[in-house]
Amino acid sequence: MDKYMDAKKRNEAYNKYVKAKIPKTKAWPSLFNSFLVGGIICCIGQGINDLILLWFPNMAEQTAWAYTLIVLIFIASFLTGIGVYDKIGKFAGGGSIVPITGFSNSITSPALEFKHEGIIYGICVKMFTVAGPVIVSGVVASFIVGVIYLFI
Amino acid sequence: MYTNQTVIFKNKPVIIGSYSIVGPKEGKGNFGPYFNYVMKDDTFGEKSYEKAEMKMEKTAIVGAIEDAKIKASDVNLLLAGDLLNQIISSSYAARDFDFAFLGLFGACSTMAESMAVAASIIDGREFDTIVCSTGSHFSTAERQFRFPLELGNQRPPTSQWTVTGAGACVISSQGKGPRITMATFGKVIDYGVNDVNDMGAAMAPAAMDTMLAHFRDTKTTPDDYDLIVTGDLGKLGSEILIDLMEDQGIKLGLNYNDCGQMYYTRNQNTLSGGSGCGCSATVLNSYIIKKLRTGEYKRVLFMPTGALMSTTATQQGETIPGVCHAIVLECDDSVKDVKTSTTSNRNVQNKPKKTERQSISKSNEDKLKSKV
Repeated sequence: MDKYMDAKKRNEAYNKYVKAKIPKTKAWPSLFNSFLVGGIICCIGQGINDLILLWFPNMAEQTAWAYTLIVLIFIASFLTGIGVYDKIGKFAGGGSIVPITGFSNSITSPALEFKHEGIIYGICVKMFTVAGPVIVSGVVASFIVGVIYLFI
Repeated sequence: MYTNQTVIFKNKPVIIGSYSIVGPKEGKGNFGPYFNYVMKDDTFGEKSYEKAEMKMEKTAIVGAIEDAKIKASDVNLLLAGDLLNQIISSSYAARDFDFAFLGLFGACSTMAESMAVAASIIDGREFDTIVCSTGSHFSTAERQFRFPLELGNQRPPTSQWTVTGAGACVISSQGKGPRITMATFGKVIDYGVNDVNDMGAAMAPAAMDTMLAHFRDTKTTPDDYDLIVTGDLGKLGSEILIDLMEDQGIKLGLNYNDCGQMYYTRNQNTLSGGSGCGCSATVLNSYIIKKLRTGEYKRVLFMPTGALMSTTATQQGETIPGVCHAIVLECDDSVKDVKTSTTSNRNVQNKPKKTERQSISKSNEDKLKSKV
């Protein structure tokens, strides 16, 4: 028992020491990069939305939003396929993960990675390994909101 | 209290051949000029990265046998391992060879583990020629342990870059080349680190434990070695090891270094350095063995570390245990003599006397033998 306690103490001390030793990432440059790239992606999205409304003046605004998202998802998937999106991600961090393009990247990249295991067991099964939790939390959240909405 | 962990070989098995093959990124690294073969493309002409890793290991084994100038039929046994589940690269590479196979798993410490086991078997005069091999591939390791390649995420500064490469060597009871004189088998050590992106910190205590056991069992000090080299602790891990050893009262000097830390140049953006089985295997089978053959290094303590983790265990909240095996490599006696005679010209006059003495003692031995 003593030996176990000793090991526990030793591990705590060691982890504390390691934590102090780890080089810290600089917060401000990372934040700036995320803000810049995230902002650019949003501007592109707004630009696409405006263009759609310009070309199809009779379209409802909500439908235009849906089309904008589809175009953004396609662009991100395409950039993932040609191996550019991961380089953007390395620079931008959260800036390219939070917008819908990040979601698209997180589905396309496992699909590409596991294509050698076949269409069903490779692509279909592994496609949601990264994005799965996001989809599940989205569904659960909408369920809770729906229940609350029912009673109010 | 302490049990002996070190084997001191009486017959000193010889490394008669070695071969290293690496990916394009590794070829541009600091050890680039020393490798036998640098691939132009990291798929190596195969359909998947796993297949490329198998082909790499196969190439390394064939290359090492060719380098040893022996026939494949002379080989008794293949000892190999890698990082993938069920060590597929090694066992699938082994199916194309006509000799016995023993699969080993020591994560990134596999090179030293296989060489220590091979040397022990040869020293016992059971087998004559054994091939040791291991390899890793950046893309297969990323897929198994981390995220898909094209996912746009950032790596923390402690993370390391798995080396794409494979190394193999042929160990025999006789021949010319660097000799394996000692081996220290390591214990599994866990200091409760659970950050999968910080392997250096998880493995450094294992390196410390094996190093202490080695110095204790062999009664040597760090100064007895021209080079003490760990496998893939990386920049952070090797700094931690230096601190840990200092706490134990042993100071590691300039002769200590880490393969992972030395592997890539600063511009290659690999954060804490290289890792993986291939990291220590390719450095040993190119740079270190070449320097031992020329006599530039006389005595090297090679001690790669391995993190014995799986994604299942860490996801279930387990910490990361580490292991470290050490082997001592010494340059051939003939090379040693050449070097000492060229460097110490002052003692030239004394030299003939020594050889005379040796010849006298040898003739005495002959007399004794003839009497018997």
